[in-house]
Amino acid sequence: MYKEVKGSIPTDSEVILGILNNSESVLKRLYVAYFPMVLQLIINNNGTPDDAKDIYQEAIIILYNKIKAGDFELSSKLKTFLYSVCRRLWLKRLGQMARFGGDIRDFNEYAPVDDEVEKQGEMDIQFSKMGVALQLLGEPCKTIMEDFYINNRSMQEICERFGYTNADNAKTQKYKCLQRLKKLFFQQK
Amino acid sequence: MNDGKLLEEIERYLTGEMTPQEHKQFELLRKGDTAINAKITEHQEFAKLLKQYSDRLALENRLNAIHDEIDVHTLTEELIVHPSLIVRLWRNHHSKISLAASILIFAILGTLFVTGNLSNQDSKYIQLRREVGNLKQKTESLNRKVTQSANRNGVTVMDRFRGTGFAITSNGLIATNYHVINGADSVYVQNAAGKSFKAKVLYTEPENDIAILKIVDTSFRNLGAIPYTFKKTESDLAESVYTYGYPQDSPVFNEGKVTSAVGLNGDSLDYQISIPINAGNSGSPLMDSKGNVIGLVQAKQTQMEGVHFAVKVSYLLNAIQNIPSDSLNKKISLNTKNTLSNLNTVQQVKKLKNYVFMVKVYDK
Repeated sequence: MYKEVKGSIPTDSEVILGILNNSESVLKRLYVAYFPMVLQLIINNNGTPDDAKDIYQEAIIILYNKIKAGDFELSSKLKTFLYSVCRRLWLKRLGQMARFGGDIRDFNEYAPVDDEVEKQGEMDIQFSKMGVALQLLGEPCKTIMEDFYINNRSMQEICERFGYTNADNAKTQKYKCLQRLKKLFFQQK
Repeated sequence: MNDGKLLEEIERYLTGEMTPQEHKQFELLRKGDTAINAKITEHQEFAKLLKQYSDRLALENRLNAIHDEIDVHTLTEELIVHPSLIVRLWRNHHSKISLAASILIFAILGTLFVTGNLSNQDSKYIQLRREVGNLKQKTESLNRKVTQSANRNGVTVMDRFRGTGFAITSNGLIATNYHVINGADSVYVQNAAGKSFKAKVLYTEPENDIAILKIVDTSFRNLGAIPYTFKKTESDLAESVYTYGYPQDSPVFNEGKVTSAVGLNGDSLDYQISIPINAGNSGSPLMDSKGNVIGLVQAKQTQMEGVHFAVKVSYLLNAIQNIPSDSLNKKISLNTKNTLSNLNTVQQVKKLKNYVFMVKVYDK
């Protein structure tokens, strides 16, 4: 159905090893190898190339997290797994947009993947809440939070970056920021 | 210990910065105080989520970078499944096609309107009196001399329409359709032996398409007891029925079934029947297998083959009731003794022959 670039499609076990080892090139080969398949699915079922990008990336993230968490069992081919997840996600999206005509044109075999998609859906909700909360938090709190909790910078470094006169002030500031962030996060419905 | 201090302790505990001594103490504190334990768990979850969130962002950025290197546009062109030729034609030219279609519809409607085919009744319904065509008239005019010599009793003009009628009393009352005798100047009925009698129109009910004729010819003799009776109750679907009439110069027998208790457009006046009948059959009796009259053959639908209609006999009975008494010498008594019921169809028809007449109509 589409041209696969010969020699560059990584084998399934290559992908799993590559992702576990944080290999950028394997991720890229994986992405490039199967994108056309998903693009074909989406654009021939009422979608745009941008929809295809969204759906495909979500599926890759599901796969990535599954491999990282160590619970990816190769029960079906990776290609089938990705296709199935994208298909499920796209059906869901079509349903939300009330654009689903009750019939999907398939280009590949697929397997049931409802659990993965549901789990991912819940995580996505949490993440979008976190994104909103961080946005609302504003500066300098946002950077302090990111530096400390994400980039694992020490209080000393943070103290110097923001020019606090002593570490206690910085700690108080960090504490206030965290409280606000939590409040912003949890008050979202 | 205030909240800020507690948080610091929790973080040190979670990141493992505490000395073994402190760690042990904190574990104890945690065990003893559920509130603090909940706080620790909550903080741990939240920090984890924050971390996962940033991992996710980083991964998305990596994927976006990869995505940007793909020539999506070219791929899209290659992968889209092109719809069939007809669909593409429609998508590209639907306005033109619609316009053409609407013009066509207007043209057809216009033609139908102009030719008069749009008016309902005419197109659907042909009443079955027989129009004796001009052509035939001309042909027969060549043979007029012969005809005249045969018809010594003085019918010199050619009849214009023909139908069928059947006797309802032995003294010469004949039932037929109103449309058969409508516009008649004079009416004759002709029996199976070919003898014509002058008749007059005694009573009509145009809305039910019923007419009662009376034979007034002096040469007419009493018919004898009517062999059939009139069935007062409504007939059932699928009942076998037959008819006997004059769509041509000699009598014609046809049989079929009652196919509907209502006629055209749900008209309860009529039965719908599946008997192949033709012009000239109008006014023929519709008989059931027991020799009861159940209707009066009336019309057919032009658009469907084999769909014909007969006026229910109950309307005929009503019409007979409604005949003004001053136009009758004596009260009408309908036959109640059915002498056909035990006979087979062949014998029934043989008996029927003498009571069914060809109705000939002459107009001005």
